[in-house]
Parts: sequence; structure tokens; C-alpha cells
Amino acid sequence: MKTPTAVQISHLSKAYGNVAAVDNVSLSVTEGEIFGILGPNGAGKTTTVECVLGLRAPDAGSISVLGLDPVRDAAELHPIVGAQLQESALPAKLRVGEILAEYRSFYREPADVGELIEGLGLAGKVKDYYRSLSGGQRQRLSIALALIGRPRVAVLDEMTSGLDPQARRDTWDLIERVRDRGVTILLVTHFMEEAERQCDRVALIDSGHVVAVDSPVGLAARASGGKSMRFVPSASFDDRLLTELPEVGNLTRNGSHVVVTGSGELVNTVILTLATAGVTARDVQLDTSSLEDAFVKLTGRHPHTEGVPA
Amino acid sequence: MNIQTLPRPKAPHSKTQPAKSQLPKGRPWKALLPETAPRAALGQIVRNEARLAWRLPAGLIFGVGLPVLLLIIFNEIPSFHQTQADLGGLTPFDVYVPILIAMVIAIIALISLPGPLVTYRDQGILRRLSTTPVPPSWVLAAQLVVQFCITITSLLILIVVSITAFGLDAPKNPGALVLAIVLSIAAMFAIGLCIAAVARTGIAARAIGAAAFYPMLFFSGMWFPRELMSGALQDISNFTPLGAAVEAIQDSIQGQFPPAEPLLVLAGYALVFALIARRFFRWE
Repeated sequence: MKTPTAVQISHLSKAYGNVAAVDNVSLSVTEGEIFGILGPNGAGKTTTVECVLGLRAPDAGSISVLGLDPVRDAAELHPIVGAQLQESALPAKLRVGEILAEYRSFYREPADVGELIEGLGLAGKVKDYYRSLSGGQRQRLSIALALIGRPRVAVLDEMTSGLDPQARRDTWDLIERVRDRGVTILLVTHFMEEAERQCDRVALIDSGHVVAVDSPVGLAARASGGKSMRFVPSASFDDRLLTELPEVGNLTRNGSHVVVTGSGELVNTVILTLATAGVTARDVQLDTSSLEDAFVKLTGRHPHTEGVPA
Repeated sequence: MNIQTLPRPKAPHSKTQPAKSQLPKGRPWKALLPETAPRAALGQIVRNEARLAWRLPAGLIFGVGLPVLLLIIFNEIPSFHQTQADLGGLTPFDVYVPILIAMVIAIIALISLPGPLVTYRDQGILRRLSTTPVPPSWVLAAQLVVQFCITITSLLILIVVSITAFGLDAPKNPGALVLAIVLSIAAMFAIGLCIAAVARTGIAARAIGAAAFYPMLFFSGMWFPRELMSGALQDISNFTPLGAAVEAIQDSIQGQFPPAEPLLVLAGYALVFALIARRFFRWE
């Protein structure tokens, strides 16, 4: 069965003046997945999602969100898409509860506000003015507004920037629960741990181009050449299952962990081979490489440095 | 999620052509009232805008409090209740009531109205709204409703206090007075929307508003009643929005239906500036 596509971006290009922000980007996001767009600042991540939301019209190419054109079919699309944008504030002297009540009234079948703010740790803040909220609380309110209309697709642009580690983990948990309800999530981030932990698939974007699209583990494996991986098997298996693979050089067991070294498409091959034998590789860790290494290798720069001048 | 209420996807051809327009700017009327936007949302927006007007009361203090304070001060000046020949047989108090009415409208239109709109655009609030089913123009509509209500309340206080407490004659032509006031509000609010259209930041909006306010107030006769202006100054005043407003309001209070000229001047300002605001207003 073919999984339906939630967001289809085909040959998208968008320039500001002479500077191409996005150049011939094509992406396909499956319904119900958490899809990450990862890249350095200025890589064109935000421009891409702004086109998905219909805030900007593409110069070339086309976008379909749940079968709708974001610009032309805006009225049909807005009730089923939620967005959390960067750099958007709210009136300083409105209370959190008043803001939520207002945005809730925009939708015909809104979410349960109590449940939403509970999940985002804002339950005690309903009577507080927006201006008295911390940066992290404002950010979480912004996420609440993106989800308040019970969207089928949620676009979250740098959703955990400014959050402390605990709030970040709480937010990740909430996003996972939202996804479990079948919501497709498009996550823009330059934060490796977030992409690694949250995303089913990640598109690596640099200078307006798609560099790679893969699972976070797959991307990391590409960078390392798959030299070494460790995992916890869900069931026992015979070592020869893996050692007979051409990609595998050595296999050692360390308590419940299995460490495999080798070359080539090591990670994908090992996971696939185990899966055919009915074994799931859990807690997969790549000892010599991470998504961050992949990022540096594939884009040639560190994720926290500036990209091309905007 | 209830799938039945979700809109059906459009025919496939709609995916392929790149769409041209961006935000609702310049779109047909339909874009202002999309069927997917619950009408109750407008009430919620008006409520929150009214709360903000109440909690950031600079507009209320200057638009409601200051004119009433001036009225009380003018009432205390003894000579202000003596008729003067060079004022056409009116008392200075009679002359100043229409000027204070014009001042209330000007303060709210030039200062209170553009400020929030520009700030909302600057802070990305209008942009956030353009991703929801509710068009950002509803916030503009809500601002107009709230500021209109504040203006009417302030004018009612001003007129009722003048008549009941300070001995102003009741307006002899109330219908004409209502018409003159509504046209004055329309003209000044249109100018305020133009400021909101061109100003980039709240600070710029306040600066432009103040720069427009004082010359307009001069020609309304605040420092130098129109009756005492030289012919040339009076001619200029007739074609300024507040000069025309004061002329139309004064005539209505004194019992004549105002001549066509000030009413047409006000209608002209309303129309021209509304069109300019519509042309240049940006939602982000």
C-alpha cells in the first residue's frame, strides 16, 4: 500500500532580488511522519516552509499540501495546517488564556485547550500577561497556537530554540503525542539532537539545495562510511547472520549491546538483515559518527555557523 | 479528527499552476470573508482589542480625558462665556466645543488607531494570523470598531457635559451634527490607516501621527479660532480635514445644515486616503 503524501514540493525556487534563497528543491513528506528540514542559517529552510504555508509565492515550481495549493487554496488550507513561525510575538498586555481563547475561535473543531497547555507546561500561566512570560514560555505558547486548530499538518520553525533542556524534552514528548494522532509534522531545525531524536526522515539543506534526504541514522552512516555501530537486539540471534555479510568486519558482544564494525552501507544493511530475521535493533548508536558529523561532512560547515549571506 | 468537515481537495489542475498573489492585499472582497473562518472569531478579536485599549490607556487618556479637561478649563475662564462680535456673536466656549470634538477624533485617528496595527505587523502578529483561517484584515476591522466606539463615547461625554453642566445650547440640527461627525471620523480614520500603511514601526507611526496632528489642529482653530484667521488662512483651513470638520460641526450645532463644501471635503479625504491606505497597506 502506498502511503499518501502530505506535502509535495516540486522544483521549488525562490529568490529575493538576485539572491536565490531556494533553488530547485523537491521534497516529499509522507502523511503521519515527522520530517525534519535541517541546515545552517540562511540555507533556505524558512523560505521553504513559508512557501508551504502560502506566505510566499514560489518563483518556480509547485507545492501541494494535502492536495491543495498553499496560495490559491489558502482558505481551504488554513483550517487544516498549523504554523509556528520564527520571530512572531503576541500583544504584550493580553493574558495567555485570552490569546488561546481568541485563536481557538478561529477553528471549527479546535483542540482541548486544557490538554494542550498541560502538555506544554503552561497550565499555571493562563492568567499571566504575555509580556511577563519567559522566552521559553512564549515559544511554547506559540507551539500551542500552531496546534490549537487540530491541524493535519503542523509546520514548526525552530520550535525549541530558547527552551531549556527540560522544556525541550517536554516539547518533544508533546510533538510525539501529536504525531501519534496521525498529524504530519514538518520540523525546521538546526539543532542536531532534535533532528536525531524526533525525525523519521531529515532533509539536509544547504545554500538553497537539498544535499541529502534520509533517516537520521542513515545520514550519520553516510558520513562515517558506517565504521562502527552499537545496538541492543530485541531478540537473540546467531552472530553469523551478520558476520557473513560483506559489509561486516567484526562483531563483539558487550553485555546486552552488540558492537559491529565494518564498511560501506553498514548500518542500513545490518538493520535490514536483522529485520528480515525478525530482530529489531534498538538504541542504535554510531560510535564514530553522528548526525552532526554528517552535517559537517555533507555541507562542509558547522551547523551553528552562518550559511551564505542572505 | 473529523474527516467529514475537512474541505475536499481541489481538482488536480490547481496544483500545477504557480499562483501569483501572496497575502490578501488587493484581493477581491471574498478574501475578507472566507467561508472557513468562523464569524464568532471577529467577536473574540474585538474583545481582545478592547481589552488592549483599556490596558494601554494612553489613547483613552489623551482621546477622552484631555478634551474633557480642556472643556472644564475653558468653562472656568469667565470671558469664555461672553459673546464676541468678532466671533460672529458666539462665545469663545461655543467656538471651542467643535474644536475639541475635532481634536478627540484626530487624537484617536492619528495616534490610537495606527499604533497597534503597525506594531502587530512589526511583531509578526498579522503574519501569524495569515496562517490561520481568519484573515489579518479582521484585526484591522476590529481596531476600527474599537476605536470608533471609543471616539463616540468620548464625544458623547464631551457634548453632554457641555450642554448639561456648562450651558451650551443643545444642537439645533442633531441629524446634521451626526452626519458631520461621522464624515469627520471617516476622513480622519482613513488618514490614520494611511499612517498605518506607510509606517514601519510603532515609533515611526507615532512620529508621523504627531507631525500630522499639530498642523491639522492649528487649522481647526485650536490656537487661533477660524473666525479670526486671515482670508488666506481661512481658505487653507477650509480644505484641511479638521478645518472642514469644525466648520460642518459648528454649523450643525448652530442650527444650519452645513454647506456642501465642508461635507464634500471630508468625504473626499475619506475616499482618497482609504484608497491610498488600501493600495499601500502591507500585512507583513
